[in-house]
Amino acid sequence: MSTQDAYPIDVEAIRADFPVLDRNVGGDVTTPGEGEDDTEPLVYLDNAATSQTPKAVVDSIVDYYYSYNANVHRGIHQLSQEASVAYEEAHDTVADFIGADGREEIIFTKNTTEAMNLVAYAWGLAELGEGDSVVTTQMEHHASLVTWQQICKRTGAELRFIEIDDEGRLDMEHAAELIDDSTEMVSLVHISNALGTINPVEKITEMAHEVDAYSFVDGAQSVPTRPVDVGEIDADFLAFSSHKMLGPTGIGVLYGKEHLLESMQPYLYGGDMIRKVTYEDSTWEDLPWKFEAGTPSIAQAIALDAAIEYLEDIGMANVQAHEELLAEYAYDQLNRYDDVTIYGPPGDDRGGLVGFNVDGVHAHDLSSILNDFAVAIRAGDHCTQPLHDTLGAAASARASFYVYNTREEIDALVEAVDDARQLFA
Amino acid sequence: MGTGSDMYRQQILDHYKSPRNYGELEDPDFSHTGENPSCGDTIQMDVKLDEDNEEIEYVSFTGDGCAISQASASMLSERLVGMTLAELEDLETDDITDMLGVTISPMRIPCAVLGNQVAKDGAKIYQGELDPEDYGETITEE
Ligand SMILES: Cc1ncc(COP(=O)(O)O)c(C=O)c1O
Repeated sequence: MSTQDAYPIDVEAIRADFPVLDRNVGGDVTTPGEGEDDTEPLVYLDNAATSQTPKAVVDSIVDYYYSYNANVHRGIHQLSQEASVAYEEAHDTVADFIGADGREEIIFTKNTTEAMNLVAYAWGLAELGEGDSVVTTQMEHHASLVTWQQICKRTGAELRFIEIDDEGRLDMEHAAELIDDSTEMVSLVHISNALGTINPVEKITEMAHEVDAYSFVDGAQSVPTRPVDVGEIDADFLAFSSHKMLGPTGIGVLYGKEHLLESMQPYLYGGDMIRKVTYEDSTWEDLPWKFEAGTPSIAQAIALDAAIEYLEDIGMANVQAHEELLAEYAYDQLNRYDDVTIYGPPGDDRGGLVGFNVDGVHAHDLSSILNDFAVAIRAGDHCTQPLHDTLGAAASARASFYVYNTREEIDALVEAVDDARQLFA
Repeated sequence: MGTGSDMYRQQILDHYKSPRNYGELEDPDFSHTGENPSCGDTIQMDVKLDEDNEEIEYVSFTGDGCAISQASASMLSERLVGMTLAELEDLETDDITDMLGVTISPMRIPCAVLGNQVAKDGAKIYQGELDPEDYGETITEE
């Protein structure tokens, strides 16, 4: 694709919805917000870590706190009813967004990590034991890897890792070897946050189902960036975080097939999740409330609803097209340098992020220099330490894109990378 | 464009590209290692003392990691020579950033002070003030 091609979405109009994109950076970091010594326009390319927030989403939070702030499910006064309706309807919006059958299948958690832990504790501790196996991949985020590792330790189940090939794709032959009759769960990341690899989650789910195992798809990087339909994947569980899809922090989603969630015991106990309590015993609320103990993140749920509405206005297929365009552009620009190593698959087959290293420049030095150019990227192990061991790199730099990013911002990234190369040469 | 990569003035790049006193000592009076997990930086400092075991006679280091941590250790290996163990103990973060001569952003302070912390902990273990069981390795974090 040439630089002349138009964007699949109206980037200029979208940028106008994000006040933070107007800010300058470069000065003192000890007081938050723009100060006089901040003089360089921000280039924000750290969207895989967290995305920025449009006015419509912030407005929905303000609206809630200014006009119907109340606890949910507890009062019969008007504010509580309004808050309850909005909170519950946010579940419906999410269900529609990912093709779930209804709100029963949508549990609000704190984030992807908590969704993962919910299944690991509520399902894993109860169902796993000696002789069972959980199959996952070498490219898992710690949210999944550490959780299954520890649950397997506690239950005696074996944890197996599907290996990756030189282009950072799953070795499907190895997957076929590992997924066998002992397998109870196959848990894999949909789009790798370090490599950008798009994993064949439908195929792997099918392989899991062939041996009567369940599949858990970590959608933290996929749900924000492309159409994801749980029916098409036939995934048993899917998790993602609001803060990576224009929504606020403090809320994430666990999707689970209704009959599975039905069969699982609660993970957290307390108010809101019970139906009847005596001193001796308790019974549980219906789904999804059975898994939402205590006062939930109400404003955040309402704001997630607004974020989804914003994304649907753009259209998820368009979001995906924009991501792919930027990923390929960034890949090609960085790939011009012999001393830049890019991890993961080629530019035309990856999610909207590029992980890389420059020979002789530590990723944290690179990130510091890029910060001097007002370019915000992430450097480190991206919560994938074992993967970085496999790659033979202590850390990597990662630029990740979203609906408001432009080719010019990628040019700024590449210019800064080039500066770093020369500085360290 | 850019503010000129202030953290990477010539001195730092010079020490990073050609580290001084790089290597291990054959018979150090003490040797200690440390890590800054956020960057994956590692440093080993080897220290040789004078006859009275008070003044630092020679320092060498080995390590791996970002320019800030490695350049800082390299500069420190020169700076420490002639200092007493008591003076080493008094070296603060500010002394290290002064030595580096640039403003170190808060997130990178653990990189900058790793070598110093390793040398200080090594000295304390040598003097019996720290238990090597607990301080097998120095860790610096934000
Ligand atoms: C692939 C993947 N899984 C899980 C997570 C964890 O998300 P959170 O920190 O919101 O729980 C992330 C984000 O950091 C991610 O990229």
